[in-house]
Amino acid sequence: MTRALWTHLVKDLRIELRSLDALVSMLFFSLLVVVLFSIAFDPHGDFSREIAGGVLSVATMFASVSALNQAWAREIRHQVIDAQRMAPAPGADLFLAKVIANFLFVSIVQVILAPVFLIMYNLHIEGQAWLLAVVLPLGTWALVGNGIFFAALSIRTRNRELLLSLILFPIFIPALLAMVRATSSILTGDSDPTLWIKLLAGYDIIFTTVSLLLFDVVFHAE
Amino acid sequence: MKKLLFGLYAAIVLVLMVWGFYMAIYVAPEDAMQGEIFRIIFYHVPSASVAFVFFAISLAGSIGYLACRRNSPNGAQVADAWALAGAEVGVVFCTVVLVTGPIWGRRAWGIWWTWDARLTTTLVLWLIYVSYLLLRRFAAGPQVQTLAAVLGIFGALDVPIVYMSNRWWRTQHPAPVFGGSEGSGMDPSMLPAFFWNMGAWFAWGILILALRYRVERQQQKFAAEEAQAALNENG
Repeated sequence: MTRALWTHLVKDLRIELRSLDALVSMLFFSLLVVVLFSIAFDPHGDFSREIAGGVLSVATMFASVSALNQAWAREIRHQVIDAQRMAPAPGADLFLAKVIANFLFVSIVQVILAPVFLIMYNLHIEGQAWLLAVVLPLGTWALVGNGIFFAALSIRTRNRELLLSLILFPIFIPALLAMVRATSSILTGDSDPTLWIKLLAGYDIIFTTVSLLLFDVVFHAE
Repeated sequence: MKKLLFGLYAAIVLVLMVWGFYMAIYVAPEDAMQGEIFRIIFYHVPSASVAFVFFAISLAGSIGYLACRRNSPNGAQVADAWALAGAEVGVVFCTVVLVTGPIWGRRAWGIWWTWDARLTTTLVLWLIYVSYLLLRRFAAGPQVQTLAAVLGIFGALDVPIVYMSNRWWRTQHPAPVFGGSEGSGMDPSMLPAFFWNMGAWFAWGILILALRYRVERQQQKFAAEEAQAALNENG
């Protein structure tokens, strides 16, 4: 871990620790999504186990978009982003620091949300529960990695908050599918989630690599 | 001269289209299993092929733009115009595919839509390129070309992953009826109609693509002239 990355990471964590903006808004928003789905589908028994994976993934996805939008927007004030562009440190460090910070935020939200979720959907896990600790971080990384990248891409456009969702969601579809299938098969214990975990890992590796390679291009685009 | 050649090509395309229509509707025999509805294949499959080829052109344009935006500005502009034209015309053809597909599916399979690998991939491809066009609309200034090129590459990367993930997802689902290679299972008497339509739709697609490319190049030229004029005024 380079010093530039560490500095960016500590700065982002400190800002979040002091304001708690992203965490509180994400937590409340995802809670709302879970409650709304619960009302809309009235889940119980096997049915709740089948849809739970999808609801959890989609709730995380919608909630994290609010944090992802904030991730770069807060750098615009006082032209911080221009200063970062001029800094001699590689852009990849900045990108990775942002991804790690937001990955932590979304993971914290998931950890807090999980018990609430289990209670409201009356779930008891039939498969290997510890695998969730592999699937959720992998899926979250896919979401946050691409999300931070596309947020940087759309930061200087009109309608940037909307545009982020519009370009992030289509690209995220295969990862979402893998995340939902893996979580569902862990919850129901019907099938083996290994294939989906491999797909998620592959997705993460491919897109993180490409993001790191292309981030400077996007960040310095003018 | 250029205009004359273009007009000649447009005329040939028109004749080809009419001939293709005649072959598809009147010459090709009715399908033994599906009846008349099978004729949609003469529009569905060529449109899909054209869409995929044009998306490939768009990807090549995106890579080309990123590769030569530093050392050859003019080449980069050309590449960007191809990227935009490919994506835009590709989306139109992809829309045709997504409309004709369910119409046929309703008759042949009894359902409008199924989350099969090929259907899902086409739909996601369509979504990705629509988002690409939206980005081009929302972003302003010279940066839009760079941003769009990056998104174009990301989108193209996503397509094989979508395809694989759906093949794993729906392994139990029966394979789509329209087989792997282009004529598989098709009666030889239908092949001429198929190939004429393939040729006609490709010729038509290339015509539109060339027009769109031309318009984009003109717009680039106007934008450059405007920028130059603004600089001169201020100076």
